[in-house]
Amino acid sequence: MLLPRYTRQPLIPDPGFVLYIDARRLVLLTIFIQQLVNGLSLGSIYALIALGYTMVYGIVKLINFAHGEILMVGAYTAYYVLRTVGASPLGLALAFAAAMIVCGITGITIERFAYRPLRSSPRLNSLITAIAMSLILQNGVRVLPFAGPNPRQFPTMDTIMVPFGAVSVSNIQIIVITVSIVLMLILNYIINWTKTGKAMRAVSFDMQAASLMGISVNRIIAFTFALGSVLAAAGGILYATAYPQIEPTMGAMPGLKAFVAAVLGGIGSVPGAMLGGYILGVAETMTKGFLSSQFADAISFSILILILLVKPTGIMGQKTRVKV
Amino acid sequence: MKRITLSILAVAAAVCVVLAFGACSGSESDTIKIGGLYPLSGPVAVYGVEAKNGVELAIEEINTAGGIDGKMVSLIAEDDEGNPEKTVNAYKKLTAKDGVKMIIGSLTSGCTQAITSLAQAQKVVVVAPAATMASITDAGDYIFRVCFIDPFQGTVGAKFSAENLGKKRAAVLYDVGNDYSVGLYENFKIAFEAAGGTMVAEESYNTGDKDFNAQLTKIKNADPDVVYLPDYYSTVALIARQLRAQGITVPIVGADGWGGITENAGDEVLNGFYSDHYAADSTDAKVIEFVSKYKTKYSATPTAFAALGYDAMYVIKDAIVAAGTTDIAKVRDAINATSGSYVTGNLTFDAKRNPTKSAVMLEIVKKDGALTPVYKATVNP
Repeated sequence: MLLPRYTRQPLIPDPGFVLYIDARRLVLLTIFIQQLVNGLSLGSIYALIALGYTMVYGIVKLINFAHGEILMVGAYTAYYVLRTVGASPLGLALAFAAAMIVCGITGITIERFAYRPLRSSPRLNSLITAIAMSLILQNGVRVLPFAGPNPRQFPTMDTIMVPFGAVSVSNIQIIVITVSIVLMLILNYIINWTKTGKAMRAVSFDMQAASLMGISVNRIIAFTFALGSVLAAAGGILYATAYPQIEPTMGAMPGLKAFVAAVLGGIGSVPGAMLGGYILGVAETMTKGFLSSQFADAISFSILILILLVKPTGIMGQKTRVKV
Repeated sequence: MKRITLSILAVAAAVCVVLAFGACSGSESDTIKIGGLYPLSGPVAVYGVEAKNGVELAIEEINTAGGIDGKMVSLIAEDDEGNPEKTVNAYKKLTAKDGVKMIIGSLTSGCTQAITSLAQAQKVVVVAPAATMASITDAGDYIFRVCFIDPFQGTVGAKFSAENLGKKRAAVLYDVGNDYSVGLYENFKIAFEAAGGTMVAEESYNTGDKDFNAQLTKIKNADPDVVYLPDYYSTVALIARQLRAQGITVPIVGADGWGGITENAGDEVLNGFYSDHYAADSTDAKVIEFVSKYKTKYSATPTAFAALGYDAMYVIKDAIVAAGTTDIAKVRDAINATSGSYVTGNLTFDAKRNPTKSAVMLEIVKKDGALTPVYKATVNP
């Protein structure tokens, strides 16, 4: 029931009281927007990593659990580059280039020697191989004399706060959000507007038919792994820039979260992975910000369960008919 | 079949030989074996490496001076990676395989807690250098420590913030999964409120979290004039970075877990203070001597963990000398009766085998381009 207008006014005019309410609302709104920015910056990293999962799954139906470790390799490569040339914008660009090349090669190598021999075997075999690859990479870096098990401080640029009205955004958050959006636009262009992208979509649709049409399936799959790994490298650098500490196991948690994001958005769907990443990042930050940090992981995983209950293929996943 | 029987026999024979030698080396008693349990790798590696250096320095001095009653001291060090399960494994290796009866370690409260009841049951003396959680020594009379305890340390942080820094509005960000962090937070809160301050924000995170922006945004909006960060250096370095990036410029205060932060963080930890067991720039004769010896051997300034490791070794040495034997029950009683002056201060044990000691507050400043902790104040129990 709507109350008559006059009853909403205070009986005795008290401008102080009204101002107080308004200021409180304003503060709440500011906090909300600030948390939204925090969430978007975390979510864009998840989205970048999730893209790698989803692309590989879309094409070879393999959940590449070593993807988080590619992220770690990227962060370590960037660490050595930045330590040599210094953490300037130019150094960061160099680090991106170096990490993308190293990770691209690592991704292709893993695909060539660990996954390709198993492509025609049951999917469970490849999945277990992927878990093994993940452990090999983690522990391999642990025993490397120049990396080692101890956490290292990742060199980053100095943080500068950029005020947007009452909300302030750090230069690192701006870098994280813009770099990931630019990379996703490039990816979108490659998939939808280039010949290789068309071939990728064809292989994803029907591998055998694509190969009959003269598409080199091996080459396309290798390219997909390279593309996913390049994005993971970028994700790794952005993650290490935002949370400047790197260690051999650093890829495990963001890898898992990104996997959840990919499933949430609909595994196999590229826009779904982006959406899933943002939803997960924002949900996690909002839970920490307005409820309690202890619920953060529980709530993000509950969202996953809920969505899978309502729509088993994920938000943007398409139902695939299995032809017998 | 015959081949299998043969190979079983061969293995059995080998086991017998090993056992015989094992027994042999156990009965030979011209060395005193000390077991060391430290995190030498992983997120708190600085503690372990420093403590191991301190213990090794002490052993080197003792052996150069002719050992303890003519017996040389040997150290068997194991890495527990700061992980309680690995501490238990390493403890079992030390006691079962190496026959160690005296252990120095581990460094974090969680890891030490994991072995105390085992050690008590097996009558193994444990001298923990830096496990500050209150309940560590509850396991029994074989468990000692050479550091002050968290209730005291949390109080020190609160008193320092309220009285020395003159702060009124404190915020805390702590790890709910870490006993050390929770203990410090609770005691800080009690003491800070008792000193007339208010807690404006009490935020938490889970062990291993890397993103603290959500909690820090809340803290920023609560407008505190001091932030208490009771955790280990690697996490504090991450938090401090995000905290300063959010534009929180107020002082940050922490506890002895910050030891080692200067090599693992940047300028964001400036305007930071932490409670510790000793100050490397103290003018006490014992400290000056220890620091100069340590610098000669390892060419670095020792943190409190090195000093505590060094002290733990000397407490054991003095006890063996006082007992006149390495019989473990007598050594235990002698440790209990310790009363002496060590690098980290005068040391006597109370009824719960906790030392009564004072704490120092250190401030992180930039000296010649490098971050250095310098002495700020002493707080007595």
